[in-house]
Amino acid sequence: MTSTSDRRVVITGIGVIAPGGLGTKAFWELLTAGRTATRTLSFFDATPFRSRVAAEADFDPVAEGLSPQEVRRMDRAAQMAVVCTREALADSGFEVVDPTRVGVSVGTAVGATMSLEEEYVVVSDGGRKWLTDHRYATPHLYDYLVPSSFAREVAWSVGAEGPATVVSTGCTSGLDSVGHARELIREGSADVMIAGATDAPISPITVACFDAIKATTARNDDPTHASRPFDNSRDGFVLGEGSAMFVLEELEHARRRGAQIYAELVGFASRSNAFHMTGLRPDGREMAEAIRVALADARLPGDAVDYINAHGSGTKQNDRHETAAFKRSLGDHAYRTPVSSIKSMIGHSLGAIGSIEIAASALAIKHGAVPPTANLHERDPECDLDYVPLTAREQQTDVVLSVGSGFGGFQSAMLLARVA
Amino acid sequence: MTTVVTGVGVAAPNGLGRDAFWAATVAGVGGIGPISRFDPSGYPAQLAGEVPGYEAADHIPSRLMAQTDHMTRMSLTAAQWALADASVDPSALPEFGMGVVTASASGGFEFGHRELEKLWSKGSEHVSAYQSFAWFYAVNTGQISIRHGMRGPTGVLVTEQAGGLDAVAQARRQVRKGVQLVMSGGVDASLCPWGWTAQLANGLLSTGRDPATAFLPFDANASGYVPGEGGAILVLEDEHAAARRGAAVYGVIAGYGATFDPRPGSGRPPGLRRAAEMAVSDAGLTPADIDVVFADGAGVAELDRVEAEAITAVFGPRGVPVTVPKTMTGRLYSGGAALDLVSALLSIRHGVIPPTTNIRQPVEGLHLDLVRDVARETPVRAALVLARGYGGFNAAMVVTDERNGR
Repeated sequence: MTSTSDRRVVITGIGVIAPGGLGTKAFWELLTAGRTATRTLSFFDATPFRSRVAAEADFDPVAEGLSPQEVRRMDRAAQMAVVCTREALADSGFEVVDPTRVGVSVGTAVGATMSLEEEYVVVSDGGRKWLTDHRYATPHLYDYLVPSSFAREVAWSVGAEGPATVVSTGCTSGLDSVGHARELIREGSADVMIAGATDAPISPITVACFDAIKATTARNDDPTHASRPFDNSRDGFVLGEGSAMFVLEELEHARRRGAQIYAELVGFASRSNAFHMTGLRPDGREMAEAIRVALADARLPGDAVDYINAHGSGTKQNDRHETAAFKRSLGDHAYRTPVSSIKSMIGHSLGAIGSIEIAASALAIKHGAVPPTANLHERDPECDLDYVPLTAREQQTDVVLSVGSGFGGFQSAMLLARVA
Repeated sequence: MTTVVTGVGVAAPNGLGRDAFWAATVAGVGGIGPISRFDPSGYPAQLAGEVPGYEAADHIPSRLMAQTDHMTRMSLTAAQWALADASVDPSALPEFGMGVVTASASGGFEFGHRELEKLWSKGSEHVSAYQSFAWFYAVNTGQISIRHGMRGPTGVLVTEQAGGLDAVAQARRQVRKGVQLVMSGGVDASLCPWGWTAQLANGLLSTGRDPATAFLPFDANASGYVPGEGGAILVLEDEHAAARRGAAVYGVIAGYGATFDPRPGSGRPPGLRRAAEMAVSDAGLTPADIDVVFADGAGVAELDRVEAEAITAVFGPRGVPVTVPKTMTGRLYSGGAALDLVSALLSIRHGVIPPTTNIRQPVEGLHLDLVRDVARETPVRAALVLARGYGGFNAAMVVTDERNGR
């Protein structure tokens, strides 16, 4: 294994579906304009729910060219991943030569939860029958039961026959799936990985479960300003959806075919707080450890970081937790480093957001600009870093740290760097 | 860097705990029977492998009961047993030097079923405060890490029935990178009406009513598989770390390979053979070194044929003993391959290959040396475990005794 650990992994293609923008170009325009895509939840009648704000993507699988069979077979999350994969492949210009050297890694926190709930309602007669009636089930129900079907759909869409997996570590899934793909290329198990994440959780059961622990915002009268990371008035996250998929390649593989290179994935680590399934300790200790190990993996000092793409979910505890983690891991450099949360604009798409944030980080390197934190008017006194309020900032960006934090206690850190 | 297994914890349909499971497995005693946890009479399939005698309250702190699904409780118990088996006290090890990587196929589905019912029959305010994490695929990894203070790298892989091997392979990667101890494996269960309805949709479940004939991999009367619940959690350590503390070693995680099948209609060969060859080669072995193959054993004629062809392509006709102890448990989703891994390690330890039960009419022309009905006593130094996940996932893992795989 050590003989191949000098293999370097780069991003050569990006595909994004996010609230407020389909495609990488629209996504980046939204972010740099500081526009918000949060709105009153429209997918179902949310009247009985505490939180009625969502970040919905205007994604139509038929308009994106999926066949009727594909639309029926795939949950919305799988549909988005497949469409993003197509964009990433076109963007990178990569064509499969040896399928056995191409693998797949798809992150998702809650899998096909939307289709599962729709089907549950059918087979339980609206929740009236405990003994659900299988005769009313769609033949695709098993594909919803096991979210590994997402990796299958992506593998089929690409023609990949290398290692394929779904990574499901809650809200760090999107960082961890890309971290996993990087690992497989480094160890030589694949030369190319189609990697990323997807989630489409905006369904009654998901809204209800976050209502139950007041993790989501109740700012229903002002939906476009409801996601307020680091702001003193924040009161929870806005549930979102979306996907980002990448073509990841071994550096020399990419260079041989003259591919464009967005950035190199130079470091990754995940740690667990072993504290609570949903709670965070305020000291940020385990996230700081993940950042420290990711920096060591990248052989970079903390002060090399030009920009931090924060988890920034907008819950009271998260934003303090990670602010503490940045200070703990980067010392005084944390105060000199712009930190922003794109969840202020596109909400929190659970397992998908980690990959969408990697996309934003790679684009920040490419375009020399840092997206802002929207809706940040009055900083939480305990959040005293530079959160790039309201307006994007042009700056040479060579090294980006992107972090995630999730239920289960998972803390992950990814480092991206410009390739000279 | 060599990764060794120093502890196992088992919750299987034919035995709760390692010793009960192994005694039954070697004796050919199965645990498949009519579903007892709900009334299955309205469903075409009515048999499953339920874990017998598991009283969660005897094993799980009461504060965890309200927030855990059945499969999470069993995984916590299996993890605790695995640590005890390895004689590890996690509080004495560095917190960031211990990790957890588990496989999941469908999460805490029964917990999710109850909450869906509350939401749709009573209203959103009745949904449990624990629903946000109790059903999701990452829950077992999270709960195990919390219970034992393990703050190192974590992971959760979902590749349906291949997951048990993929998770252990990921755990091995972490050990190779310097993590001292990693808990891995898989424990699954979705034996609730909603989970059953969803499983039925794949069209592969056996509708047989007789536990002795319902699940017959490589048999001419194969008619699908019987699902089960449970699985195994293993303690993986770096061999030097294990040696320093004088741990007893089951064996070495010596080789691994994973592939994905070509998309339908491509005309390209399936990927299982390639995965098996990669695993043997990764272990530094040749097929002649493998003493037994624990087959995936789908119980579906076409899938059985593909697997038999992969085995004979690698080992030659009747070139290696093949067994499917799953005939005694049913297919346990992410728990199945993890349990087979434990069986392979126990085969090495005890010099005995557990049997494939119930096979009466092996498919002609498959050329398998199937270990049938009675356990075969023979030295086992290296075993190959095969696993496939619905949709095209292939995984293979080689475990060896301590002298091999270095």
